[in-house]
Amino acid sequence: MLHRLFPHPLLTVLLVLTWMLLVNQIKLGSLVMAMILGTAIPLLTAPYWPNRPIVKRIPAFAAYLLLVIWDIIIANIQVAKIILFMRAGDIKSAWIPVPIDLKTPEAITMLAGTITMTPGTVTADMSACGRVLLIHSLHAPDPDAIRDDIKARYEARLKRIFE
Amino acid sequence: MTGVEQIAEYVIAGLLVFGGIFAVIGSFGLLKLPQMMQRLHAPTKAATLGVGSALIASMIYFLVFEGKISWHELLITLFLFLTAPITATFIAKAQMHRTLTKDDVPPTGVGTEWATFDPNVTSVDPYLLNDRDPV
Repeated sequence: MLHRLFPHPLLTVLLVLTWMLLVNQIKLGSLVMAMILGTAIPLLTAPYWPNRPIVKRIPAFAAYLLLVIWDIIIANIQVAKIILFMRAGDIKSAWIPVPIDLKTPEAITMLAGTITMTPGTVTADMSACGRVLLIHSLHAPDPDAIRDDIKARYEARLKRIFE
Repeated sequence: MTGVEQIAEYVIAGLLVFGGIFAVIGSFGLLKLPQMMQRLHAPTKAATLGVGSALIASMIYFLVFEGKISWHELLITLFLFLTAPITATFIAKAQMHRTLTKDDVPPTGVGTEWATFDPNVTSVDPYLLNDRDPV
């Protein structure tokens, strides 16, 4: 019964939080509205999203977010340095295929998003079978090191969180 | 003006200048970098820190001068992190369709093509979803 009313409990929590942040004040009326939206939207969208993602380790997920935010700051400074101080001819861009072990679509999406936001890399494509990501690196003197770094730093953590 | 407000003003001004510099660098990257795929890196990274600093400055302003915590900046951050990677991937895919062939990118190494260059792709391999039970 409870399962049927809240098909995606995490989505419900996220929607309630988002609505409360949107109205920017804590009032009973807003909370009621948030609860209505948090119940209705997962119910309406459940048929299109039958398999809910399971976040197994929420503290690990929070730690992952902090790590990514830190890496985004570092990535910004690195890319800014490349743009400002390297001659255009010296920038060695490269395509790097990164084989992935993750199987949860949401985890792969998070990994792809993380790669785009962090050090000099953008996720461009995925293999038709979903087992390899194609990454474009702005400056990659050593493509293998970038691949290993992504696998060790982000994928291993996401695997622990989602699988 | 109290001491706290004065310090806050300096901090806010500093953050705005810092963010502005990064936004300019991001735009400068668009001009300087020669390849389309390289240009994609400038706005996805350098601009993020620019927007981030402006948002933190805004939060400090409302906290110190209006006496309330403003949560909208957190939402903007959330929406930015949701949309920036997706936009970047779309632009990358459009670029691959327009100017690249499958010989321009390295092979996948697992036997199948990249999804962009595989005319037979209609859906993702079912292997991805097999591990989870339907609700």
